[in-house]
Amino acid sequence: MSEVFFFIAGVGAIAGAMGVIALSNPFYTVLSLVFHLLSLAALFLLLHAEFLAAAQVVVYAGAVMVLYMFVVAYIGGQDTPLSASGSTLRTAAPLFAGVLAVELCIAVLGSGLKGISSEGAPLAAGFGSPAQIGQLLLTKFLLAFEVASYLLLVAAVGAVILARRRAGLVGQEPEGKPFLSVLRPIGTGTTAESAGRIQPLPTQPHKEQLEVEGEPAGTPGGGA
Amino acid sequence: MAIGWYLVVSAFVFCIGAAGVLLRRNPLVILLCLELMLNAGNLALIAFARMHGNGDGQIFALIVMVVAACEVTVGLGLIVAIYRRRLPIDVDELRELQG
Amino acid sequence: MSPTTWGWLVLAFPLAGTLVISLAWRVLPGRSPGWIGTAAIAASFASAVGAIIAIQGRSPEHRQVTSTAWDYANTVGVDAKLTILVDPLSIFMILVISGVSMLIHLYSVTYLFSDRGFARFFAYLNFFVFSMLLLVLAGNFAILVVGWAFVGAASYLLISFWYRRTTATQAGLKAFVINVIGDVGLVLGTYFIFKHTGTLDFLKTFEHAPDVFAHNDADLVAGCILLLVGAFAKSAQVPLHTWLPDAMEGPTPVSALIHAATMVTAGVYLIARMHPLFERAPAAAAVGAIIGCLTLFMAATIALTQTDIKRVIAYSTMSQIGYMVMGVSVGAYAAGLFHLFTHAFFKALLFMAAGSIIAAMAGEQSLDRMRGFRKALPFTYVCFLLGGLSLSAVPPFSGFFSKDEILLLTADRGGWHWALYVVGYISAFLTALYTFRMIFRAFHGEPSPEARELEHGHLHHAETPTNPATGEEEDTDVGFAGPEHWIAERSWPMKVAMGTLAVGAVVGGFVQVPHVTKLVDKFLEPTFADSSLAEQLREPPDSLLIIGLVLSAVLGLAGIALAYRIWVQRPGIATSLRERLGLPYRISLNKWYWDELLDTVFVRPAAWCGRFAQQTFERVVVDGLLVGGATGVVRAGSAAVRGMQSGFLRYYAALLIAGLAAIALYFLLVSS
Repeated sequence: MSEVFFFIAGVGAIAGAMGVIALSNPFYTVLSLVFHLLSLAALFLLLHAEFLAAAQVVVYAGAVMVLYMFVVAYIGGQDTPLSASGSTLRTAAPLFAGVLAVELCIAVLGSGLKGISSEGAPLAAGFGSPAQIGQLLLTKFLLAFEVASYLLLVAAVGAVILARRRAGLVGQEPEGKPFLSVLRPIGTGTTAESAGRIQPLPTQPHKEQLEVEGEPAGTPGGGA
Repeated sequence: MAIGWYLVVSAFVFCIGAAGVLLRRNPLVILLCLELMLNAGNLALIAFARMHGNGDGQIFALIVMVVAACEVTVGLGLIVAIYRRRLPIDVDELRELQG
Repeated sequence: MSPTTWGWLVLAFPLAGTLVISLAWRVLPGRSPGWIGTAAIAASFASAVGAIIAIQGRSPEHRQVTSTAWDYANTVGVDAKLTILVDPLSIFMILVISGVSMLIHLYSVTYLFSDRGFARFFAYLNFFVFSMLLLVLAGNFAILVVGWAFVGAASYLLISFWYRRTTATQAGLKAFVINVIGDVGLVLGTYFIFKHTGTLDFLKTFEHAPDVFAHNDADLVAGCILLLVGAFAKSAQVPLHTWLPDAMEGPTPVSALIHAATMVTAGVYLIARMHPLFERAPAAAAVGAIIGCLTLFMAATIALTQTDIKRVIAYSTMSQIGYMVMGVSVGAYAAGLFHLFTHAFFKALLFMAAGSIIAAMAGEQSLDRMRGFRKALPFTYVCFLLGGLSLSAVPPFSGFFSKDEILLLTADRGGWHWALYVVGYISAFLTALYTFRMIFRAFHGEPSPEARELEHGHLHHAETPTNPATGEEEDTDVGFAGPEHWIAERSWPMKVAMGTLAVGAVVGGFVQVPHVTKLVDKFLEPTFADSSLAEQLREPPDSLLIIGLVLSAVLGLAGIALAYRIWVQRPGIATSLRERLGLPYRISLNKWYWDELLDTVFVRPAAWCGRFAQQTFERVVVDGLLVGGATGVVRAGSAAVRGMQSGFLRYYAALLIAGLAAIALYFLLVSS
């Protein structure tokens, strides 16, 4: 019975993944990912990781994907096709990914790990339960737990800073000219400028230095 | 099911996510594909946790989820900022860090 | 005080003079740099007198004293020290140098009074005196080379003193380049000698020379000939003589000091100082004697046709130095140095007097334009006469005794030296001829307009200053000659200087009258005590002496008489002679085509090499191939690498994935 569920969930996960990379409308890709996440939650359940399955659904599919949806709605979701330019990458990408997949499969299936071919260790009571998770978090992995919460704090602060509007005059047109079209001052350019790919602004002519005809014990200069 | 099956699924999802990162031009979708790869890692971790019989892998997967959430936050913040500056939302156009 | 203390003082005063003038010239009032310079050299002369008194107070064996200030380096067997050697020869030289320099400084105070570069001139002049004194006081080869090089530099600075004149700067460059060739010869010669003796010190070298070198040893001959190259460059002997006439571009006091009395005598000093080495390598000494003889004859013939008054005197200098070089090369050291002494007097006097008449002509130097200044410039005329008579070796003037003694001792050597003797006397006749040609043309005959002006008390003033050599117009600002000119009759410093030299030119010869006084010989004896040649030439036969004296007097007077006939009595003869002796005239006028020869053999190939190096080699090979190639390779490489930084996010990701795949593959393969 569990095999059937496994195959359904597995196919669903892979289908969701394919949908993410294939669909052109960003809305649909987000939805496809949600489907993939739910399938993954089912797989977690099959592996007796109940708490994580719940966390996956609530946190990941629930909060993170909703956030994504907000942003897609804000940005407006351009319908970009798979990749119009860069044809070398169009052929190379599936190739690299395919090679990687093959290698990973060989690694997994051909490895000498004994546990791979079995169903796993004998289940202890409370395996995957919130109680066990909590106990581990607060004893064995306390440091990781604290650092992770710290990380969340930093990310939150960072997001606020990144997305805030720059303060300016009311009614000022925000960044009228496209940023990239402003020429940088000379000498502050990028490596591209130094390599000659971008031309800097022309320099000002230097003022002529006044010649002082003095009488020190100077060496005679060359004649006309 | 033997653990190996889960690992194979995880490998496939990972590679699909990698291909997506290489193929898509919308940075939002690239981030989504990154999520795919992270989730594939999660699956592998949990499968191994089941294999060993202790909860270490699950804790690891939980922390990975935390990290993914933070990364999504910051990434989306960047994309919103790019959008606000009227720059094209296309990684092929955003290539000033070059030379 | 010990002689060496006086020696250090002799060096210290001109050095202090040049430093004070060159550093403080802006704050020194009026024309005080000139007086400071003169005072410095006067103090130096006083110290030189102190030195000679101190050294005469010692017994003859102890009259060669050295003093070392410090060691520069005493490693690898090279003993480079700051050493001075105070012995009769060097004291003789410093007396001559500082004495004549003092008078020339005095002369220059007035002569260059209105020149904008007054302070610079005296700084350079003091520096020159310092270098020359360093050269003659040097106690080892290292300091000698230092002094030698400094003197060359000072000469360059002073020749191109009026630096906005192209002719002057070109002349300065020519002098410097030829001097550098001499420097190279000097240093290489030092090496050849040092290779065997292992010491740079003079006294030690001379001590070891007989043990270390065989007679006419190949290395020694090579070394001595290279030293001769240095001497010839500095003393303007053939073939390195072409710079001296051009050096007349410098102001007249410079010509008087450097190119008559002091710098050009450095070569003579060198040969005299190195006499133990030259006596051990007679082949080199023979080369010196032959070149000296050749030069004295050639210069005498050229001076017959030159029209620039300073160039006539310059060629006469070249000729007299030839006598000196010949003298010290055949072993007549005291005689050669005696001629150096008398020559310093009458040649400096002649140059100063020439300066006076050039001033009267408002800067014009051509004999073609000067005529009949006898009444207008009486003092200058007398000075010219005294100097000319001395130069022509007319008794009882100083030149008579000195030139005569050289030729006498040359003949006493015997053998092929008789040829030098004959040529020497022929040139003595020519010397009298061209000297009085100059005097009669400038002072006798119908007075020129400038002379007439001066007779009425008004010094001629040119409307626009011109370059005397090319006639192009210039101004009187910095870098050019000043607007005012001074003649001897109107300025007492010039009169004092010229008067002193005139007295010296007249009575200077009496210090070494044959069989009567032998002051120079006696004084210099400690230095040349180890010389076998000097011993051999000590007592020349009386018959030769009488013949020489009579011949010298007769030839001198005959030359004057012939000059009188051609240029005073029958002026038209000169023109007809010029037509009849067309070829010799042209050879003489074109300075025996030496300039053209050196130009073709050395200058043009060098210029071609330079052009080739610049246009072809530099552009194509160095810039294009090596520099361009290296940078091209780097550029291509970095361009290739730069292609990776395309800015495309997806390419970076692709590289990542590809790399990951590769690593996984590697581990799979390894573990299988």
